[in-house]
Amino acid sequence: MDTRASAPLPNPIRPAFERGERDDSVVVSIGPSHPATHGTIQVIAALDGEKVERVDVHCGYLHRGFEKECEDHTWHNLMPYIDRLNYCSGLINDFAYCEAVEKLMSIEITPRCRYLRTLLSEYSRIADHLTCIAASLMELGAMTAFLYLVMIRDYVYEHLADLTGARLTYTYGRIGGLARDLPDGWLKRLGEILDQYEEFVGRIHGLIDRNRIFIDRTRDVGVISTAEAINWGFTGPILRSTGTPRDLRRDAPYLAYAELDFEVPVGIKGDNYDRYYVRMREMDESVYMIRQLMDMLPAGPICVDDRRCTLPPKNLVYTEIESLINHFKLIMDGPDVPPGEVYSAQEAPNGELGFYIVSTGGGSPYKLHVRSPSFVHMGGVHRLLEGYQLADIIPTFGSVNMIGGECDR
Amino acid sequence: MPAEIVDRLRAELASEGREVTLAQDMPVVTVPPTAVRETARQLAVDHAFDLLLDVTAIDWPGRTPRFDVVYHFYSTKHLIRVRLKTRVPEAEPVVDSLRSLYGSAAFMERECHEMYGIVFRGNMDLRPILLYEGFVGHPLRKDYPKQQEQPLVPYRK
Repeated sequence: MDTRASAPLPNPIRPAFERGERDDSVVVSIGPSHPATHGTIQVIAALDGEKVERVDVHCGYLHRGFEKECEDHTWHNLMPYIDRLNYCSGLINDFAYCEAVEKLMSIEITPRCRYLRTLLSEYSRIADHLTCIAASLMELGAMTAFLYLVMIRDYVYEHLADLTGARLTYTYGRIGGLARDLPDGWLKRLGEILDQYEEFVGRIHGLIDRNRIFIDRTRDVGVISTAEAINWGFTGPILRSTGTPRDLRRDAPYLAYAELDFEVPVGIKGDNYDRYYVRMREMDESVYMIRQLMDMLPAGPICVDDRRCTLPPKNLVYTEIESLINHFKLIMDGPDVPPGEVYSAQEAPNGELGFYIVSTGGGSPYKLHVRSPSFVHMGGVHRLLEGYQLADIIPTFGSVNMIGGECDR
Repeated sequence: MPAEIVDRLRAELASEGREVTLAQDMPVVTVPPTAVRETARQLAVDHAFDLLLDVTAIDWPGRTPRFDVVYHFYSTKHLIRVRLKTRVPEAEPVVDSLRSLYGSAAFMERECHEMYGIVFRGNMDLRPILLYEGFVGHPLRKDYPKQQEQPLVPYRK
């Protein structure tokens, strides 16, 4: 007989409440693996009939000791972990991390790298928003819209795979540059994908924007005010959906954003519909920015000529001893980052993605902390769920776009 | 821009063991642990730092006091950030919670509590959030071995 099955499994969480406010309230546990949870997350909800009285949100099911692991790897070797934070837009994680380390090392990246990172960040933002909108629409039953959007997203992923070799986990950022330059014909294909994007997103607007079912499910559901959103730490599309145009690309321009023309779309009242629409508009702005960047992209090297972080050219590694030693030291010991601490943030698709890094010198970080938007949003998401219907958890959670990889680290 | 802010913060905050410096273009306010809540209140009310971005800690084994507790704030009005730092000893790693000033503090203090064992006085809900009930130790402390495993469900033989 199998004895393993008989022992009860310990409960990994302790809910904040055992019973609801009323005698006939029902407490239900939703998740961590449930179609409604839009990620591996557990929602304990006290229900009054169909109405959600109170919720207790538990994340952590994807925790993998990311920050502990980083302290044990060289600055470059931990790049694959960085990719896996927000796996829908891995490139933005890479670039945000690289920028933080470059600040510590006082490195200024080359113009081509700067424009290319900006272009790829916006491209990733489109992929991330497409994922979010497609999934939330599918959860409401809009299968056609899902397939249209995911088709474009797949073009984007395949196209990024041509550049980086992987669809999701790119490991493409390098401290002081990028892993490799664009392959031939990449920009031409980019133009084609953007044209297809416009055609298909136009169809989504036609299908969804004035759709009675969609409006009934999302308008005035999951409402949050600006003051409350700030109090609970919301950033990104959720904060903008409340009508306040806070966007780091505009407020603290990094990379090449200062030279680009773009708008910061905002919502009206911070409900699910506004969050949908803000994301749709942001993708249009991203396309507009990418088209500008395609014309601006200068020629030149993509990595800085700095032997502290950039690997020497392979032909030199094989022919001269200095480059061989340089290569060896960079791989085995890691780049030598001077002591100091830095907090550097970029506007990720979900909000402010910050890296707080402490270096004591040497090849690996002393401490690396990620301020991930999803984790902070999970601390405030109960404000969006309480007081609405049980069924509203689905569109609301979809519109928050919680990504387990960056939330749980 | 940061220089003016630093001057203004220095004029109003630098007293009673508090000091204001500039690190990598970011104003840093260093305070004793007892002054954290009051300083955060001043930052929030007088200087419009309305968004608490992040709460974390740094472990310096061998140093006394052993831990740095680090907060980052952002002002959606002035569009700048500020870092608040304090040092707490290993024997009594306690600071006041910012829960009453910022809703977002609740979750972030929970994470800092489980990872470093910092106690946030006034935060009633310090249950594990990324880890699980019954987890022993604080994994981001430097003396927690990276390879240590405490599986909730025993591994199959």
